[in-house]
This record gives sequence, structure tokens and C-alpha cells, in this order.
Amino acid sequence: MSEYLYLYRGGESGESPEWHEKQMQLWTAWMGDLGQKGHLKDPGQPLERTGKVVTGKSKTLTDGPYAEAKDLVGGYTIVEARDIQQAAELSGGCPILAVGGAVEIRPIMKM
Amino acid sequence: MVATLTRIFGVHNLALAEDVVQDAFCRALEVWKFRGVPDNPSAWLMTAARNRALDVLRRERTARRFAPEMGRLLESEWTLTPTLEEAFGPHAIKDDQLRMMFSCCNPRLSEPAQIALVLQLLCGFSVREIAAAFLIGFAAAEKRLTRAKKVLAASERLFEIADAGDFAARLGAVQRALYLLFNEGYHGASPETAVRVELCREAIRLAALLLEQPLAATPATRALYALMCFDAARLAARVDASGDLVSLADQDRSRWDPRLIAEGRRELELAATGDELSEYHVEAAIAAVHTCAPSAGETDWRRIVALYDALLRVRPSPVVELNRAIAIAQVEGPQRGLEELRTIADPERLAAYPFYPAALGELELRCGRAATAREHFRSALALARNSSERRFLERRVAACASCGHSGAV
Repeated sequence: MSEYLYLYRGGESGESPEWHEKQMQLWTAWMGDLGQKGHLKDPGQPLERTGKVVTGKSKTLTDGPYAEAKDLVGGYTIVEARDIQQAAELSGGCPILAVGGAVEIRPIMKM
Repeated sequence: MVATLTRIFGVHNLALAEDVVQDAFCRALEVWKFRGVPDNPSAWLMTAARNRALDVLRRERTARRFAPEMGRLLESEWTLTPTLEEAFGPHAIKDDQLRMMFSCCNPRLSEPAQIALVLQLLCGFSVREIAAAFLIGFAAAEKRLTRAKKVLAASERLFEIADAGDFAARLGAVQRALYLLFNEGYHGASPETAVRVELCREAIRLAALLLEQPLAATPATRALYALMCFDAARLAARVDASGDLVSLADQDRSRWDPRLIAEGRRELELAATGDELSEYHVEAAIAAVHTCAPSAGETDWRRIVALYDALLRVRPSPVVELNRAIAIAQVEGPQRGLEELRTIADPERLAAYPFYPAALGELELRCGRAATAREHFRSALALARNSSERRFLERRVAACASCGHSGAV
């Protein structure tokens, strides 16, 4: 088994508490399923929309990242899978896909 | 939570308080998506709301005017955090809920508007749930709430229980709103059973909160609380396994909740002080008589008639007259009951009330006139407001048919 990082990018965000409640239920169901099948290494956390970016030798501090909303990373999860193929298949149930978002799957490099 | 934040931000910033609560809630759900719902979600939400409030106060304290009575405490970093800690403590939260309850029952608002406000600001009901509870459309509920909030936000500050000259009058309005809230759940026409039980539970919770405040814990408040206990004790038995209404006479009395009945008795005894006989006293006394009786037949109907007479003096209404007529039928026979039903003042106020023709039908049936009874039950059926009322009345129509049949043989 190898570890993979899911980066959740974009996806629309509803206004109403009911919308969020529904989303939470979908996510909990999906994560629960991953956990039950033994693929969930770390459920991870959501990320704030804004932060700071430090760049270059001069360590310039700027607000950001100002990526397009559809590219913005909104959270992460670490899963365990046989190979990247399986990791990709497992991400297929992620509720973010239904609201216009994407899951980026990156193998975690191990020595 | 809205009550606490409104106290901190000032009532004119009601919308901001609501935004912060909603924001805290949505952020909590965002985290719970990943981590699962914590063991104590409400404590978690409180902390989230407090942190959001801190952010808002830091960011906007120069631009906005917050609650004047909190004054300078919010201006300095030295006092800001401890002030908020205190405001989110359990005692302060209760006090603020009471202040909000009294503020919602503003005499400038209609009773339905007051109840809608209470449901949203103190019980956390969504517009959709409020619309379902009142059987009105989403847009109508939203409009009612928006208007009511404007009135509330225009008031100087939250109602101060300790130093208000009009406290007694306002307490009356609060009691009335809780009474109506409970009744909406108990007798209400909403088909959503879950919503209705929730309304009763919230009314009891808020009435219990009133009892914790010495000035508000008057005999009338105690009587109101006792009445809610007695009625709530019968809630489960009012509906059978298939969700159909069961009339008082046919209820399985072993399913009445003895704990709630005992609590009602205790409160009603405590309420028996002072010289004010409120409608809640009389209604609770009637409910108490019912809970004492092992069966409908063994009920002290004479006492119930006398209590309805008393209730008519305190708060005359055609529904009370209707119930009195039914009690009289139990004591003096169905024919006398029918006579009483026909002398109800203002019968047109009962025109849309299915239980008026249903009562006529019931008594006609007892007099042995099944055909007439059936016609009455049919008119009642046409007025039924939800499926459980409809099924109940259909069964009564069918009962007339079988009686008529056996009568003919």
C-alpha cells in the first residue's frame, strides 16, 4: 500500500446552512466509506480561503494565494491505496465532483 | 446564540449577529466534513461563534457602533476577551435568551410575527421550518420574519427585565406567545408530525427558562408550564401506530407520561398563590382533571363543566364553548350537549373548524340518529386540515354507516 494526497480544488459553495448540512452528510458518508475499507490514513482538514505567500530570497510576504476560485485548494486528505489507479478510482465518490470541483491525486514520495 | 451575539453587538446589529451565527455554523460543517461531528456539537458551535464575534469586533469596532451598554469593554484588547468569555458563559446565555424572548414579544408585532421571531432567533428554526409550522408559503414566512426583524432592530436595545416599567404587560405577551407556540404544535394543522413535536418541546424549554427568572416566575407562568406538562404527557398517546389521531376517550391512558403529569401537578400546586386566576390556571386545572381519571367515563365531568364556565369568564371563545358543550353532554346526556352546541355565540368563528361539525356528529350518533350524524361528519371531513384529521373523520363516517346498518336490522 502506498500513500496518496488528495487535494480538493474549487467547487462551488452554497449560501444556506441547509446546503452545507447536505454537503457535510455526503462527505461524512464518503469518508466513512473510505475508512471502512481501510483506505483513510488521515481525514485531513479544510483550509481557509486566504492566507499569505512568502516568495524568493527576499522573503517577500504577500496576501494570497490569488488563484482562480476553481484552482484554489480547499482541503486535503491522505489515503492509502494499492496504486495510483486505485487512488483515482476511490476519489470518484468525492462529493466535490458533483459541485464543479476536482480532486488532485498526488503520490506521497517515500524512500 | 443569536441572543448572546445580539446582546454584544446591540439589537440594531441583529442582522450581523445572525450572519455570524450562520457563518460559524457553516464553518463548523466545513470542518465536520473532514473530521466528523464532535461529541458536543453545541459547545463546539458556541466556541466557533465566540471566535467569529471576536474577529468581527476587532475588525469593525471603529466603523460600527456596538451595544452601548457593553460600552468601552469591547474597545480595549484588555477587556474584550474576558467580556466575551463572560457573555458566552452559561448564566449570561440564559439571561440573553430571556431578554431576547421579551424583545420578540414586542406589542408592535402581531402574535404570529412574535412567534415566528421566537422560533427563528431562539429556537434556530429555518424559514422553511417556520413556513411548515404555520402552513404558509416560504415567501410569506420570509416576509413575516423580515418585517418583524425590522421592528426588533429598530428598538433601542434588548428588553431589560430588571428595570422595565411595562414588565407585567410584556410578561403577559410572552406567556401568550409560548402558549400559542405550544398549541401550534399540539393542535396545529401542520401535517409534519416531527415539526409539531419540536414546537411543543421548544415551548416547554422556553417556559422552563421563564421559571428560572424570579420576576418572570409568576403563578400564571407556573400554571402555563403545568398546562404544557399535562398536555405533553398525552402527546404520544394522541397518535396511534399508523399516525392516526386518537380521541381523548379512546386513548391508551397507560401511555400517558406519569413523570410529566407529576411535574404538572407540582407546578400547578405552586401556581396556586396570589389573587390572579389566569386562563392558564383554569386550562391546567381542566387538564389535571383529565389526567386523574382512569378512563373517559370515570372523569369528573361536572368539575370540568364548572372549570369551562370559569374559563369562559376569563377568556370567552367559541372553541371553549364547544368544549363546554361536550362536557355537558357527558353529564346531562347528548341531547343537552346538542342544545348547548346550538347556542354557541359567534358560531361563524367556528365555520372552518372541523371539530364543530364533528362534535355535532358525535352527539347525534349518541342520540341514535346515525344518518344525521353521518352528514355532520361529512361536513367535518370537508374541513379537515391534514391527513390524520381526514383519516380520523373518515373512520367516524364509517362508524355511522355500521351503526345505521345494525339499527335497520
